[in-house]
Amino acid sequence: MAIAENLRGPAVGRPSAADARRYWLQARRNQLTPYLFIAPNMALFSVFVFFPLLYAFYISLREWSLIDTPRYIGLENYARLAHDALFWQSLSNTAIYSFATVPMSLAIGLVLAIALNRDLLGRTLLRSVFFLPVVISNVATAVIAAWLFNDNYGVINTLLQQIGIGPVAWLSSPRWALFSLIVTSLWVRIGFCMVVYLAALQSISPTYYDAAQMDGASRWQQFRFVTWPLLRPATFLLLILGVIHSFQVFDLIYVMTGGGPGFSTTMIVQYIYQAAFVGSEMGYASAMGMVLFVMILIFTLLQWRGNRRVEDVA
Amino acid sequence: MIAGTSRNALTGRLETTGIWLLLVAGAGIMFFPVYWMFATAVRPKDEVFSGAAGLIPSSFVWQNFTDAIGRVPFLSWTMNSLIITVFAVVITVTINLLCGYAFAKFRFAGRDILFLAVLSALMIPFQVIIVPLFLVVSELGLLSDYWGVILPRAAEAFGIFMVRQFMVSIPDELLEAARIDGASELKIFFKIVVPLSKPIIAVLVIFTFMWRWNDFALPLVVMMKHEMYTVQLGLNLLRGQFNTEWTMIMAIALLSLVPMLIIFTFFQRYFVQGISGSGLK
Repeated sequence: MAIAENLRGPAVGRPSAADARRYWLQARRNQLTPYLFIAPNMALFSVFVFFPLLYAFYISLREWSLIDTPRYIGLENYARLAHDALFWQSLSNTAIYSFATVPMSLAIGLVLAIALNRDLLGRTLLRSVFFLPVVISNVATAVIAAWLFNDNYGVINTLLQQIGIGPVAWLSSPRWALFSLIVTSLWVRIGFCMVVYLAALQSISPTYYDAAQMDGASRWQQFRFVTWPLLRPATFLLLILGVIHSFQVFDLIYVMTGGGPGFSTTMIVQYIYQAAFVGSEMGYASAMGMVLFVMILIFTLLQWRGNRRVEDVA
Repeated sequence: MIAGTSRNALTGRLETTGIWLLLVAGAGIMFFPVYWMFATAVRPKDEVFSGAAGLIPSSFVWQNFTDAIGRVPFLSWTMNSLIITVFAVVITVTINLLCGYAFAKFRFAGRDILFLAVLSALMIPFQVIIVPLFLVVSELGLLSDYWGVILPRAAEAFGIFMVRQFMVSIPDELLEAARIDGASELKIFFKIVVPLSKPIIAVLVIFTFMWRWNDFALPLVVMMKHEMYTVQLGLNLLRGQFNTEWTMIMAIALLSLVPMLIIFTFFQRYFVQGISGSGLK
C-alpha cells in the first residue's frame, strides 16, 4: 500500500523511462526497508535466543558433561525428572513463591496506585519512595535483606527482641527462609505494580466517574463497575509478567540464601544452574529448562485465552 | 443540607489525612532498608556487632567508604559495568527503535509471524537457554569479554514491544509526506520519527541502563576472570568472602547504587509518563 502511494510521485504528464526506473528502484528499496530495519534485532535473536532454545532441546535428549561427547539417550532425562525429589521440591518452592508474591504485589500495588492517584501532599516523593526498590539491583537487594534478616545481628531481630519476641531464625530455618525471601520480593515488586496501575488509572477518562456518580453509584460500586474492569489489561499484563518473573527468580535467591538452608529456597532455575554449572549435567539441566519453558508457555496461553474470553463477554 | 455538606467535607478531609498518614508510614517501611544500608555503611565498625546499634549511628565514619574501595577492586568493577552498560544502551536503543518502527509503520510479508517471534522471546526464561548460550558465547570466543555480555542481550523483546506500541500513534501522513518529498527512509527515521519519540527513548534508556547495570546471571556465566567482574558480580563475591564485614559490604552496596540513583532522579518523571504512553497499560 505504502509502495503504491509512493509511485504516485509528483509526476507531470507521462513519466519518462528514467522516472519509471527511479520509481521502480524506490519501490524496491521501500520493500526492503522494513527487513533491513528489523535485521539487526532478528540476527541477534536468532543467534542468542532462538538457536540456543533449539539447541537446548537437542541437548536435553543427551547425556553430556561438557568435556565428553554428547550421548543420545532419548527422553531419559525427562523420565528422570519424574523421580527426582529435588526437582519436585524446587517446583513446589517455585509454586509457593509465585502464589505468595504475585497476587500480593498486585493487590498492594493497586491500593497504592489508587491512594497515590489522589491529590496528596508530597505525592511525587511518596511515589518515588515506593518505586525506588525497583531500580535497585537484585544483588544489592539480596545483600541488604541478608543484613536486615541476619539471625544474630540483624536489625529485625534486634527490634523484635526489644519488644520481647524472638530471635527468629529468619535465614537459617527452612520455614522462615522462604518467608523472608517472599517479603524481600514484595519489597521489590510492589513499586512496579504501582507504576503500571498508576499509568492505567490516569488513562481512565473522568467522564466515566461523572456518569456513575449521576447514576448514584457508591464509591465501591464505582470501583467495582468502572475502575476494576478498565484496569483489566493492566492486571493481565502484571499477572503475566509477575508469573514469568517469579518462575525465573534467580539472582535474589542466589545471593540471599543460595537456595538454602537445605533446599528450602531452591527454585527451578537455581536447580537448573546447579545441575549445569556445578554438577556438569548439561542434558539434565536442559531438560529441566524445557519443562520450565513449557510451563510458562501453557500458563501464558491459558491467561491469554481466559482474558480474551472475558473481553468477548464484556 | 449545608450541615451535611460540611460534614462531608470534614469526613473527606479526615479520610485524606488518614490515607496520607498510612502512606507515609508505608513509605517509611519501604525506605528503611535503604536507610539501614547507609546507617551500617557509615557506622564505626565495632558498633555493628554490639547488638545495641541505635537507629542513628553514634558517629559517621566516612572513611569506611575509602577503606572499602582501597580493599576491593571496586573501581575496575565499576569501569567494567560502565563500559558494558553504555555500549549496551547505545546498541539496544538504536536497534530496538529501528525494529519497533518497522513493526509499527510498515506492512511486509511475514510481519505478524516475526512479531510473534519477538514476543515469544519474552517468554523464554533465561535459564532455559543458559547452557547453549554459554556454548555459543564460548564458540564465538567471547568468554570473559565485554561483547560476550553485551551482544546476547542487545536485542530486547520488551523494548521492541514498547517502541512498537508507542510508534503506532505517529501519523502515517507525516511519513508519507516526507516520502513524497523524496526523503530517504533513514532520513525519515532520524529526522521525523526519532524526534517524535523522545519520551519512549527516555524510557528505553532508563530501562536498558537499569537492566544492564543490574544484570547478574549472564555476567555470572560469561565473566570467568575476576578482573572482568561487574559491580554486581563483585558485590556477590564480597558477600561470599567477607560474610561478617557488614560495614564494608554495605559501603560497596551503597556505592553500587549510585549510577542507578542518578539515572532514577534524573529521569524519574518519565517513568509513569513513558509507561502510560507505551501501551504498558
